[in-house]
Amino acid sequence: MYRYILKRLLMLLPVLLGVLLIIFILSEITPGDAARQLAGEFASEEDVQAIREELGLNRPFLERFFSYLTGLVTRGDLGVSYQTGQPVIQEIADRFPTTLLLALVSMLFSILIGIPTGIISAIRQYSWIDSTSMVVALVGVSMPNFWQGLLNIIVFSIWLGWLPASGFYGWQYWILPAVTIGTSSAAMITRMTRSSMLEVIHQDYIRTARAKGQKENVIIIKHALKNALIPIVTVVGIQFGGLLGGAVLTETVFAIPGLGKFMVDAIKARNYPVVQGGVLVLAVVFSVVNLLVDILYSYIDPRLKSMYRKTVRIKN
Amino acid sequence: MPKLMTPYAQKLAKNSKKAKQYEKTGPWIEAWRRLRRNRMAIAGLIILLVLIICSICPQLLTPYGPDEQNYSEAFQFPSLRHPFGTDNLGRDILGRIIYGARVSLVIGLISVALSLVIGGLLGAAAAFYGGKTDNVIMRVMDILIALPSFLLAIAIAAALGPGLMNVIFAIAFGGIPNYARVTRAAILTVKDLEYVEAARAIGAADRRIVFRHMIPNALAPIIVQATLGVAGAIISAAGLSFIGLGVQPPTPEWGSMLSSGKQYIRTNWNIVTFPGLTIMLTVFALNLLGDGLRDALDPKLKR
Repeated sequence: MYRYILKRLLMLLPVLLGVLLIIFILSEITPGDAARQLAGEFASEEDVQAIREELGLNRPFLERFFSYLTGLVTRGDLGVSYQTGQPVIQEIADRFPTTLLLALVSMLFSILIGIPTGIISAIRQYSWIDSTSMVVALVGVSMPNFWQGLLNIIVFSIWLGWLPASGFYGWQYWILPAVTIGTSSAAMITRMTRSSMLEVIHQDYIRTARAKGQKENVIIIKHALKNALIPIVTVVGIQFGGLLGGAVLTETVFAIPGLGKFMVDAIKARNYPVVQGGVLVLAVVFSVVNLLVDILYSYIDPRLKSMYRKTVRIKN
Repeated sequence: MPKLMTPYAQKLAKNSKKAKQYEKTGPWIEAWRRLRRNRMAIAGLIILLVLIICSICPQLLTPYGPDEQNYSEAFQFPSLRHPFGTDNLGRDILGRIIYGARVSLVIGLISVALSLVIGGLLGAAAAFYGGKTDNVIMRVMDILIALPSFLLAIAIAAALGPGLMNVIFAIAFGGIPNYARVTRAAILTVKDLEYVEAARAIGAADRRIVFRHMIPNALAPIIVQATLGVAGAIISAAGLSFIGLGVQPPTPEWGSMLSSGKQYIRTNWNIVTFPGLTIMLTVFALNLLGDGLRDALDPKLKR
């Protein structure tokens, strides 16, 4: 098991290197001149050149890439923000907890809604509960989350005046953003839970459990849900990445000072180091979550553990 | 039917008619029959047809031009004259939504087509050649998949700058690994079947085997993925426009309508509500169709 985790972590390195290279190439082809922007509208050509020199923008592409890379590996250095002059890693560290916490709260919300709804839909297949929740789930999947955020603001802050519309100061500020981000994942989790449960619920061992007179809720939780959990956990893992991506838009809607809004502002200001650092951090988090999901598999289904031990590649 | 017929002859004729009805058969016709029975999927199909009509001839459906401004009628709530109201420049919101259908559908279809072709070819090559080719292609795909696709789209759109083609490219790029994976998995399942072996035995070229034998038989999951992909692409495009990286105003695009309307939500709820509702309806229709196609194309999966 540990060997497997180590191997996966090692496999992460080339992936992140590739991600970094892609981002570097992208900022290379970005139109506009960061140095000129920093210098301001009325700066002289010499000033612009001096800034370019200072930031190392005049060095060739590969040289900059490798110096960035060595800085990152040796000092955990992600460069300096063009706008504030602060280290990017510091600026990200200030904002990332907000985004992560928001993603976790939304995830919790969507799991608490999604799994029970999915189970009930599966147990009462073709009932009105089932068809209603399936239609609602499909609507939830289809809603762009930034629009849902705007609607939530209109209804709950402007019309009803129950919850604040923007900012991030107390728990009541969390509700609308978390619901907004979590809705589509709740919907995905509901759909996956239902179909996964349906697959399990007609198995022979469920019938056996019923035949021996086991209580229905024990059957559902211990016998059925436990065996249906793998696809559900997979979806939860995938959704987490979606949440981090979706947070970019939702943070903009609700004016939340998180990594997402920070990155959108940085893109507009052509602040490459911030964009690079932010994308890299999100890629790392996303990959680590995927790894955690894979590790979780072996706890849910001990049969899978033997596969990790032999470190065979599962063919998909 | 001739007038004079014995009951037996009539029965025969009837049977042959029935036989003729079932003569035309094949996996695609069968799938269409199954799809036709799925009311939800047909509802989705009808919504999509309406949107396609909107995008072909918007000028027939609304008296207002997409950029027709009328300051004396700005900020109106829904009325008979303007069913969805007007925006800050006095433009008819319904009219702009109808004109916006073309932009959204074009982005959705072309970006999916692009990532489908590129990803599909990569996935097919990976599955067909296996070994080192497979390894290299799929590791590159792993890199792309390590980034949430919307994040990648943001990064690309930011680098290329706003504009229709750039949005399409940004969204298409993020979709490539999904199609590569689906195609690879689909091809792997048919790779070792007898008919592929038979084709190889009679000396068919690789290209012929892949395009004539493997891809048509592996198409079902790819079609489903593509239908759902168009839905995702439309949402992403609207999201990019929303943060100002997408199609630029005054082009009537649903996402940018939301973006420019959001500063007026305190007073005019209708400016953001209706464009968003349209996005939702479109994506909903595509999801219905995608689910229906999945059931229709793979009857084994249906429960």
